Amino acid sequence: MNSMETTKTFWLPDQASTFAGRVDWAFDLFLWISTFFFVLVVGLIALFVIKHRRRRPDQMASGQMAHNTMLETTWTVVPLLIVMGLFFIGMRGWWHMRIAPSNSIAIDVVGMKWKWTFNYMQGFSNDTLVVPVHQPVRLRITSTDVIHSFYIPNFRTKVDAVPGRYQALWFEATKTGVFPVLCTQYCGTSHSYMITAVKVVERAEYDTWLSDAASASGGDVAPDAFGATVYSKRGCNACHTVDGSAGIGPTWKGIWDHHVKLADGSTVEVNAAYIKQSVQDPTSQVVEGFPPIMPSYKGILSDREIEAVTAYIQTLK
Amino acid sequence: MSAHQENINYLKARKGFLNWIVTVDHKRIGLMYLASIIFFFIAGGTYAFLFRMELWSPLQGFMTSDTYNHLFTMHGVIMVFLVVVPGIPGALGNFLLPIQLGAKDLAFPKLNITSLYLYWGGATLALFSLTQGRADSGWTFYAPYSLSQNPAVLWMLTAAFILGFSSILTGLNFIVTIHKMRAPGMTWFRLPLFVWALYATGIMQVFATPVLAITLVLLLVENFLHIGIFDPALGGDPIMMQHFFWFYSHPAVYIIVVPAFGVVSELIATFSRKTIFGYKFIAFSSVAITIIGFLVWGHHMFVAGQSDVAVTIFSFLTFFTAVPSAIKVFNWTTTLYQGSIKLTTPMLYALQFLFNFTIGGLTGIILGILSVDIHLHDTYFVVSHFHYVAMGSTMIAFIGGIYYWWPKMTGKMFNETWGRIGAVLVFIGFNVTFFVQLIMGSQGSPRRYYHYLDQFQIYHQISTVGVVILALGLFTALFNLLISLRTGATAPQNPWGARTLEWTHAATPPVLYNFTETPIVTEGPYDYPVEKV
Ligand code: HEC
Ligand SMILES: [Cu+2]
Ligand SMILES: [Cu+2]
Repeated sequence: MNSMETTKTFWLPDQASTFAGRVDWAFDLFLWISTFFFVLVVGLIALFVIKHRRRRPDQMASGQMAHNTMLETTWTVVPLLIVMGLFFIGMRGWWHMRIAPSNSIAIDVVGMKWKWTFNYMQGFSNDTLVVPVHQPVRLRITSTDVIHSFYIPNFRTKVDAVPGRYQALWFEATKTGVFPVLCTQYCGTSHSYMITAVKVVERAEYDTWLSDAASASGGDVAPDAFGATVYSKRGCNACHTVDGSAGIGPTWKGIWDHHVKLADGSTVEVNAAYIKQSVQDPTSQVVEGFPPIMPSYKGILSDREIEAVTAYIQTLK
Repeated sequence: MSAHQENINYLKARKGFLNWIVTVDHKRIGLMYLASIIFFFIAGGTYAFLFRMELWSPLQGFMTSDTYNHLFTMHGVIMVFLVVVPGIPGALGNFLLPIQLGAKDLAFPKLNITSLYLYWGGATLALFSLTQGRADSGWTFYAPYSLSQNPAVLWMLTAAFILGFSSILTGLNFIVTIHKMRAPGMTWFRLPLFVWALYATGIMQVFATPVLAITLVLLLVENFLHIGIFDPALGGDPIMMQHFFWFYSHPAVYIIVVPAFGVVSELIATFSRKTIFGYKFIAFSSVAITIIGFLVWGHHMFVAGQSDVAVTIFSFLTFFTAVPSAIKVFNWTTTLYQGSIKLTTPMLYALQFLFNFTIGGLTGIILGILSVDIHLHDTYFVVSHFHYVAMGSTMIAFIGGIYYWWPKMTGKMFNETWGRIGAVLVFIGFNVTFFVQLIMGSQGSPRRYYHYLDQFQIYHQISTVGVVILALGLFTALFNLLISLRTGATAPQNPWGARTLEWTHAATPPVLYNFTETPIVTEGPYDYPVEKV
C-alpha cells in the first residue's frame, strides 16, 4: 500500500477523474499569476535595495513619494478583477462537483477508526472501492465515531465523513488503475494508516466482480442462508450461539416470536424491528442478565444483512 | 516617589525579583512577556524539531504514532496560544505602545499585569496537562474527537480558555490607551503604523476571543455532563463546533499577522528613511481586514458539510481579504523606492517578511479557489500556507522587531555581523522547510500524517534538513542578542535615526515613566527629509 503512487507531474498527481482537468487548469492558471506577481514584487525589492542603497551614513532618501493615484488605483483594481475571476472559476468547478448526474451508481461509505467500508447496494460490503471507468459514481458517506475525511488525490475530490450525517460526493473515473484513498481529517492513533484504494476497472470486469462479490455474500442465496454467513463472517458467533448453549450474549435459538425481559424490567417481543434495533443500537434495549457490551453495527451491517440475520433467527426454532 | 527615581532608567528604577513580578510598568511587563514567549517558542520549536526528525522516514523511527500525535498537538497549542497570538502585542506592543503615543503607561496598568498573570496561569496549565496524560486533539480540538475524556485534553482546553482572557484584556487595554492616552498633537494620522496595527488587533481580540472561550466551555461541559452539544452520539452537532471554533480562529489569523504588518511598516520606514507609501491605506486596511476577517470563517470548512450556498458565499468573501493584503505588499515595496536603504539585521527580517508574506498570501488565494481547495484542503499545502503566514511572516517580523527595538529595551547594541548571519540562515532554513511542503501538499500528502506514502519521502527529508538550518539560524539570532547584554556597546538614544517618539523623545533605555516631560507632537511618524542635491 505504501508504494501506491499518485504523482506524475511536479505539482499535481496524475489525473484520473473528470474533475482533475478543470481543477488543474485553475491551479496552473493561478500558479502562473502568482509567479508573475511574486517575481514582480521580489524583483522590484531587489532592484530598489540595490539602486537605492545607502552610500553614506547620513544619506537621506532622494524622494518622499507618499501617493500616486494612478498607481494605487491600478494595483487595487487589477487584483480585484483577478480574484473575482478566480472566484467564478472556482465556483463553477465546485458546482460541477456538487451535482451528481442522474445515471450515477450509488455506493455507501462508512468511515470508522481506522478503516473505510464500502457498502454496495447489492448487499455486500468491501474494504476497497471498486468502480467502473467512465461511469458516474455517487458516494454517500458517513462515520460511526469521529470525523474522518474521504480523499482521492487523483480524482481531486474530498469530503468529510461526519458521524450522524450523510455527505454526498460523486466522481467519474477516466482511467483504469489503483489509486490511493486517504483520510485527511485527523482521527487519532492510526489516522495515517487509514488508507485504502479505489480500483477503477473496465465495465465488463466490474460487472463480473460485482456478481461474484454479491453471490459470495448472499446475492443469489436465500436470505436465511445468507444470514448464517453473516453470523459467522461478521463475528456474531463470538458472543451468540445458535444451539441454545450459553455465550457472552443470549443464544439466538428459539427467541423469535418470544418475549424477552430487559434489564430495565420491561419485556419486548422479538421481531424484525427489535432485532434491527438490537443490532444498530444495542444499549437501548439490554437483555436482562447480560452486560451491555455488544458493539453497535450501525452503518456496518447493511439493511440487507440485518434482514438476512432476521430470517436466519426465524429458522432457529 | 522622589523626582530622582522617576528619571532613572526603568531597568534600574526598582531592583529585585519581587519588584519585577509585581510591577505595573508596561516596559517590564513587555520584557517579561518577551522572555516567556521566547521560552515557549523554544519549547514549541523543540516539539516540531522532534517530529520533523521522525518524519525523515515513512516508517516508525524513534517514536510511536501516539507520541507523534501528542507532539504535533503540543507544537500547535503552544505556538498558537502561547507564542504567535500573544507574541507581538504582548512583548513589543506592551513595551512600545505607550511610548509611541507619548504616554506614561497603558490606560490600565494593573489590568496589564493581570493579563500577564493569566498568560502565566494558562501556560502553567498547559504544562500541567503533560502530567495528566498526552493531549492529542490537535490545536483545533475538533469534536467529537476532543470529547474523548482524555484528561490532558481537558486541561489543555482550560489552558486555552484562560489564555483567551489574557488576550481579551490586552486588546481592551490597548484600545482604550490609543483612544485616551495620546500626547498633545498626536492625532490619529500621526500614529505610527504599529499603533494602528495594535488597534485593529485589539478590536479582534475583544470581539472574537469570547467566542473561543464559549466554545471551549461548551466542550468542557459536554465532556463532563454529556449533554449533547457537539457530539452526534448524544444528539449534538460537530459542525457547529467548527463554526464556533473558526469564528474565532479565522480572525485569530489576523490577530497573529496584523501586528506584524505594523512592525514591518516601522522597519521599512526607518531603514529606507522614507515616509510610508499610502500610510492611510495601510492604517485603514488593517481595520478593514479585521471587519472582513469576521465574515470568512467558513472557508476552513468547505468540505466539512456546510450548505453549498454557504460555501459559495464564504469563498466570495474570502477573496476580498486578499485585495487589501496585496495592496499592502505593493505599498511596502513602493516605500523602498528612492529610499536610503540600509540592510541592517532588522531590515533583513523585514525584507524576508515581504518575501514570505507574498508566498503566504498567494497560497492563501489559491486555497480560496473553491474547486482547487477541495483538493488542497487538509494537505501539507495548507500546513505550508499557514506557516508562511504565522512563522514566515509573523515570527520573522517579531524577530526583526526585537532586533530593531533591542537597543531601546536593553540599552545595548548587538553584533551586526552575527545578526545578519542569523537572519540569512533563518531565511534559507525557513524556505527550505516549507516550500517543499507546498509541493507535497499539492501532490496530495495529507497533514498530521505519521506514516506517509513512500513517494513523499524526499520532500520530508528536504523539509527536515531545512528545519536544522532554521534552528541554527534562530539560535544564532538569540545568542547574538543575549551576548550583547554582556559585551554590547552602549546604545545611543536613536541609533537608527528613526522618527517615532520612542527614538526621538525617550532615553535609551527609557526612564521609569518614559519621558521626563510629556512630548508635544508636531509632525508625522515618518516625516523624513529629502537629500539635498
Ligand atoms: C462482543 C459480544 C457480541 C457480539 C460480537 C455480538 N453481540 Fe449481540 N449481544 C451481545 C450481548 C451481551 C447481548 C445482550 C445484551 C444486549 O441486549 O445488549 C446481545 C444481544 C443481541 C440481540 C438481542 C438478543 C435477544 O436475545 O434479545 C441481538 C438480535 C443481537 N445481539 C444480534 C447480534 C448480531 C446480528 C451480531 C453480529 C453482527 C452480534 N449480535 C454480535 C453481545 C454481542
Ligand atoms: Cu483520519
Ligand atoms: Cu481563515
